[in-house]
Amino acid sequence: MSSTTNPPTHHTSTIGAIGAPSRRNTELALLVFAVVIPVFAYANVGLAIHDEVPAGLLSYGLGLGLLAAVGHLVVRKFAPYADPLLLPIATLLNGLGLVLIWRLDQSQRLQQLAERLYDSFSPSAPKQLLYSAIGIALFVAVLVLLKDHRVLQRYTYISMVAAIVLLLLPLVPGLGANVFGAKIWISVAGFSIQPGEFAKIVIAVFFSGYLMVKRDALALASRRFLGLYLPRGRDLGPILTLWALSLLILIFENDLGSSLLFFGMFVIMLYVATERTSWIVIGLLMSAGGAVVVSTFASQVQVRVNAWLDPFGCYETSGACEQIGQSIMSFGSGGVLGTGLGQGNSDLIGFAANSDFIFATVGEELGLAGVMAFLLLYGLIIERGIRTALAARDPFGKLFATGLSGAFALQIFVVAGGVMGLIPLTGMTMPFLASGGSSVIANWALIGILIRISDTARRPAPAPAGNPDAEMTQVVRP
Amino acid sequence: MNKPLRRIALFCGLLVLALLVRDNWLQYVQADSLQKNDNNRRISIERYAQPRGDIIVDGKSITGSKETSSSDFKYKRTYQDGPMWAPVTGYASQAFGANQLESIEDGILTGNDDRLFFRNTLDMITGKEKEGGNVVTTLNSAAQKAAYDGLAKRGKGAVVALEPKTGKILALASYPSYDPSSFAGNSTTTDTKAWQKLQKANDPNDPMLNRALREVYPPGSTFKVVTAAAALENGLYDDPDAKTNSPLPWIMPGTTTELKNEGNIPCKNATLREALRVSCNTVFGKVGADLGNDKMLAEAKKFGFTEEQFTPVRSSASVFSEGMNDSQTALSSIGQYNTAATPLQMAMVASAVANDGKLMKPYMVDKLQAPSLDTIEQTDPEELSQPLSSKNAQILQSMMETVVKDGTGTKAQIPGVTVGGKTGTAQHGENNSKNPYAWFLSYAKLSDGSSPVAVAVVVEDEDAVRDDISGGGLAAPIAKSVMEAVINSKK
Repeated sequence: MSSTTNPPTHHTSTIGAIGAPSRRNTELALLVFAVVIPVFAYANVGLAIHDEVPAGLLSYGLGLGLLAAVGHLVVRKFAPYADPLLLPIATLLNGLGLVLIWRLDQSQRLQQLAERLYDSFSPSAPKQLLYSAIGIALFVAVLVLLKDHRVLQRYTYISMVAAIVLLLLPLVPGLGANVFGAKIWISVAGFSIQPGEFAKIVIAVFFSGYLMVKRDALALASRRFLGLYLPRGRDLGPILTLWALSLLILIFENDLGSSLLFFGMFVIMLYVATERTSWIVIGLLMSAGGAVVVSTFASQVQVRVNAWLDPFGCYETSGACEQIGQSIMSFGSGGVLGTGLGQGNSDLIGFAANSDFIFATVGEELGLAGVMAFLLLYGLIIERGIRTALAARDPFGKLFATGLSGAFALQIFVVAGGVMGLIPLTGMTMPFLASGGSSVIANWALIGILIRISDTARRPAPAPAGNPDAEMTQVVRP
Repeated sequence: MNKPLRRIALFCGLLVLALLVRDNWLQYVQADSLQKNDNNRRISIERYAQPRGDIIVDGKSITGSKETSSSDFKYKRTYQDGPMWAPVTGYASQAFGANQLESIEDGILTGNDDRLFFRNTLDMITGKEKEGGNVVTTLNSAAQKAAYDGLAKRGKGAVVALEPKTGKILALASYPSYDPSSFAGNSTTTDTKAWQKLQKANDPNDPMLNRALREVYPPGSTFKVVTAAAALENGLYDDPDAKTNSPLPWIMPGTTTELKNEGNIPCKNATLREALRVSCNTVFGKVGADLGNDKMLAEAKKFGFTEEQFTPVRSSASVFSEGMNDSQTALSSIGQYNTAATPLQMAMVASAVANDGKLMKPYMVDKLQAPSLDTIEQTDPEELSQPLSSKNAQILQSMMETVVKDGTGTKAQIPGVTVGGKTGTAQHGENNSKNPYAWFLSYAKLSDGSSPVAVAVVVEDEDAVRDDISGGGLAAPIAKSVMEAVINSKK
């Protein structure tokens, strides 16, 4: 809580001086690249697979350009001082994601697989394009309707209720859909929605509002023990509740990713709010405890840990490690430069190739170079998010931006680390790349909120109040 | 709140860094081993993306490729006379991998061999499709056919024929066999079924066993050729026509057991020639006991025993034990006890004798060809060892020729050709309960003194009446037809 009092020589935030440039033209220039690169990639895939420039190239380019243009104009109008990198990077990732999904749609292997499993194959790319449009619409709605992010403070406890409802919805009989073991979907009127993706944002609202109010109590009312500040029992309440909730999600929904994400996000925000390292230690101890408990009881988690330890161990026998084994071989077969778009065999991974495992296609077809570029793009989004948090002048916005960027970072780590075999697989999706409506829509909303906060943060400071004496004079003026 | 926030930024940076490091590990350090991982289907996809090169016998291809539409493997391997050639080619199956020549020369057949790199690069630039090279074998199709047909008449067994002067493998047959075409694809309905039916668990005859190279049989009396060579080489006896010091009955040293001969044959103090002609157990058993384990083992090793041979297909190592006492050595010296040999090994014994004592390394790949038919590798005959001197080899030849002329091997006689041979009837099973194996090894010599072929035949005929089984009766006619086929194709 010292950013506003930092002397100018030390501040590293992006608060500009009065009259700072808005950087909207920079954003526009970057957006041009963000549209042109996927268009070339699209042409590349078409040439590689069908030996011809894809017929939809023009409409695809125009569509993506239109979405980008809408986004840009709305930002220009409603958030003129927003961070100029967030929108172009999100557009680029979304555009390349569409290309990758379209490329996997062309895979005969996946088409045959879908026909065998569901008796029909329907391409995912058109759906994804629709979802992207809805995502941008939500992005626009966030910027237009949410004039000031601090409004969300009012909904702290409503958010809590909403988050819990969202998280528990998949468990409602008749509504939840069990897809390959994980109960994280609900299906409404033929649409599958992953409420967890939206819960990510709603829960960040709750944490920010709650911690903003309670941070002093959590930080100061504690006893020192072994060099750690131990919180009072009653302050432990929320963290224990959350811990239990994340374990419940894990056990009843088989969703390792979400439970990791929410708990991790909470610990990060708690640490930033209270500035107490002890919370991190407590958080780590509790996750370790939870991990031990769950790995003893939940067989799905055990299976994934085993598959992680030995990706080829059960390959011939049970096939439980087949996906991760295929994914690792995809990365390995890509090598440094990759096979080229459309020329790999990442579709060997099977049914999750265009969702959970889409990053393996990047690995195989764009190689080490491509994967590093993607990771750096994601890193940039995280970095700009945290920069926004640093620059934000209100504690709520600071915590909110922290939570959103932290969750984003954890998600990237958990997904990419999972498909690359760095950590056990969790079944989450790469933001913007993976096929799936909930993910792309929620992440566009997330970018919208970050842009909103960064606009407030980077907006030139209000003109200093006039001379107090002058004010006084005014007051007494008859 | 900015201080912890900066630490969080650092933490997020570390997360991304960890991903970058892991990615470099996967895609740079481990890339090669992952690409070559046995589970990596990309290898098979690439292997079957274009027609494979061919395996060639007598200038004609015995393999082919067929385009398929059913899966991501574009081409499927086909075989001509699959069962006959299976012990040579092995199989290349989309579903079950490859073995033997198909696997060993995979680089040439797929065109991925480093020696084809320059050509492949050129093709890539000119836009020509990648092609596989050919493997030209040393085999003789007439000899192979004679061997395979001969075995098919008898039941189970194996035949190996060599060219003594060079070590070229002329025939390599095993029966029962399998058709590699039957499971070359990857259809679960046809190919998997065919594969499963051929597994030993489902077929006690084990058709996929390469009996010529991978099965060891007790060689029985045919091993007496090695024992005779040891006797001559170690100077135990110099003259094949001098009486040996062989009492009858003969009690094995250190025991009270009498070593018996098959039937009532004149073995008492018989000459080496006579002992080989009628196949005296007592004479050769005593020779082995007199020489001792070490000298017998040394001689057997010179013939190739105890070593795997790479033709380039690997053969099992034949067995002659060490550390045996004199009675065990005596039994081993007549091809019983622990002694066991592959048909290839016994063919090597015959060929070393026929080649005046010089044992050539057996090989079946004459040369490797690039798709343009340029030779990229030529196998040169290589001497493996000299198990016996030229003089002793000629003595042994004359003894083996007596066997065929008026001994147990008369059924291998070929008009106008000098044939040397040795029969064998090897007992096996507990208390020798099972039907014995019928062996015959022989070589043919033309009038100009050259020897174009040496053959080893083993027949494991469990259906025959026990008394009918003898190397001379069952195996010799097969050896004869193989030798005739080679001689006729030379003309």
